[in-house]
Amino acid sequence: MSSESRRAHRKARKFVQDRDVPDWHGRYERYDLVKEFLVAFVVVVVLVTGLAVVFGSPDDKPVTIKSWSTADPVDFAQTAITELDGSSGTATYGPPYNLNGPTQTIGPLNPEQWMGVHHPIDTADDFVLGPLATLSDDPGTRAALVEFRSASSAQQTAWTTAYEKAVADATSPGGKLVVPPGDYGPVGTIVSALTSMARSGALDGALLTSRQFYGTDYTKPLLFIADGQYLGNLATNDHLAGNQWGMMNETGNWPGQAWLWLYTLWYQVPPANTSANGDLQVFAIMIVLTILLALLPFIPGLRSIPRWSRVYRLIWRNHYREVEGRTGGSETSGRAPPIDNPGRQPAAVAG
Amino acid sequence: MTITDPKAPRADQADLDKAADRPDDADQWTAKIRHAAVDALPPQRLLPDRQPAYVASWIYIFGVTTVCALIVVIGTGLVLAVMGPNWWHVSSTGLFVNSLHLWSVEVFFFAMVIHLWGKFFMAAWRGKRKATWITGVVSFLVSVGAAFTGYLSQQNFDSQWISTQAKDGINSTGAGAVFNVTNFGQMLMWHIVLLPLCVVVLVGIHVLMVRLRGVVPPFAAKNETPGGDAEVTTGSQVEA
Repeated sequence: MSSESRRAHRKARKFVQDRDVPDWHGRYERYDLVKEFLVAFVVVVVLVTGLAVVFGSPDDKPVTIKSWSTADPVDFAQTAITELDGSSGTATYGPPYNLNGPTQTIGPLNPEQWMGVHHPIDTADDFVLGPLATLSDDPGTRAALVEFRSASSAQQTAWTTAYEKAVADATSPGGKLVVPPGDYGPVGTIVSALTSMARSGALDGALLTSRQFYGTDYTKPLLFIADGQYLGNLATNDHLAGNQWGMMNETGNWPGQAWLWLYTLWYQVPPANTSANGDLQVFAIMIVLTILLALLPFIPGLRSIPRWSRVYRLIWRNHYREVEGRTGGSETSGRAPPIDNPGRQPAAVAG
Repeated sequence: MTITDPKAPRADQADLDKAADRPDDADQWTAKIRHAAVDALPPQRLLPDRQPAYVASWIYIFGVTTVCALIVVIGTGLVLAVMGPNWWHVSSTGLFVNSLHLWSVEVFFFAMVIHLWGKFFMAAWRGKRKATWITGVVSFLVSVGAAFTGYLSQQNFDSQWISTQAKDGINSTGAGAVFNVTNFGQMLMWHIVLLPLCVVVLVGIHVLMVRLRGVVPPFAAKNETPGGDAEVTTGSQVEA
């Protein structure tokens, strides 16, 4: 289509208030864009510096497996046995870690299953048995590992089930883990050795460096820690739990990611706060809303909301005061001859 | 071998201008791109010193404030990058720079959200400004991602908690297979390379589109006929 035919087409097209604007033939005024930018920049720098000086920023120390097992050895042991018997949150998670858990779906949509396992984790081997196998100088632990591995699956389950019941009543007088006696075979030795390894700090390193020397992937230690109650309790005390508007908050009284309020909102109300598919539902809602926001200019009805709301009259109140205060037709048409127009193409400020 | 006399007069800009734009250069890619760029954004449109009279409201400040805050975000982020990810945990100076980085991000989002709402109530997509609106929305979304990966890269309790909570949402979409929020190294790379690059490019395109199309004019006043006898605009406001 040539430029002339395009122009003719535009002339013939019906004017839609929420899509089109008439060309501006009104007055132009001096506007020092560079000066405005520099003033704004200085104000922002002063504001940011003032906020940084007065409020600073949070930097609460991370939880390590060492600090967790030292502060709450019972919770650590209770978590370790669930990693060994395959009943922990990670062990039963599903993709992308394993295939042992349900996937979230919406109708036929099952993206977790479609993508499959990309970060394979066998909690018994990766979190318990593998790290303990590196303790080659401890004959008792070595013997317990051999006994556990050579036992039948039914025997392993009997031991871990017995230990899981016993550790529910465990105590930690003076920080030492005390588990009631029971018929749990080598599992007591295994969990005790893992606890000692954790309290020495060696388990933090073993989980991180299992693949290579330079490790930056904290997936395993983070999932292990998150399977316990300790991290969640600390987060709840710091108003960070999911039902406390979760991760949009930040430790202390810092504002955090306030811009995630709409995303976090859906976790507070049905169906997402009760559904097993809640995470996928929240993402689906946000994806739809985001598409609507981006494509708002194309959607009749939605794109008329600004005109119906009349908030624009507040924004351009000076313009309307001037235009509507005039009498006569020519000047109110928005096509008055420019008073101060230098004949240059106008452009906007950054906004 | 040609020996150049260092004292010989150098071809000045006028000579270059004279040599350029010859008819036989019409098919040259470089000339075509230059012509298209200058036609679309001549200097007086790129850096104007006049604005339509209706550009008179505090709401216009928040666009430029967003850009200013972004510059502070990038600047403080560069300092943190130069000193490395551990620096701000062990140095009081580093912690202060981190505080500047945090608060510039907060100011950035505050200004950006007000800017977005302002543009919404102005229906700023009118007059062939739809692409300007869309690039603005996408810039906001990518900025959310950049900030999110920043929170994941802090190496403190916040990043631990956020990553272990966020993994469920990300994994539910299947994206966790390639975007692992518990992988510090991956999140740091996204935060300091990929997403800032996208934000800067998108904001740059957005600002250039604002320059190209100009500031959206107001809706018709009570005593005006919507559209009047005007030609439906191309979005590039015509000069008088």
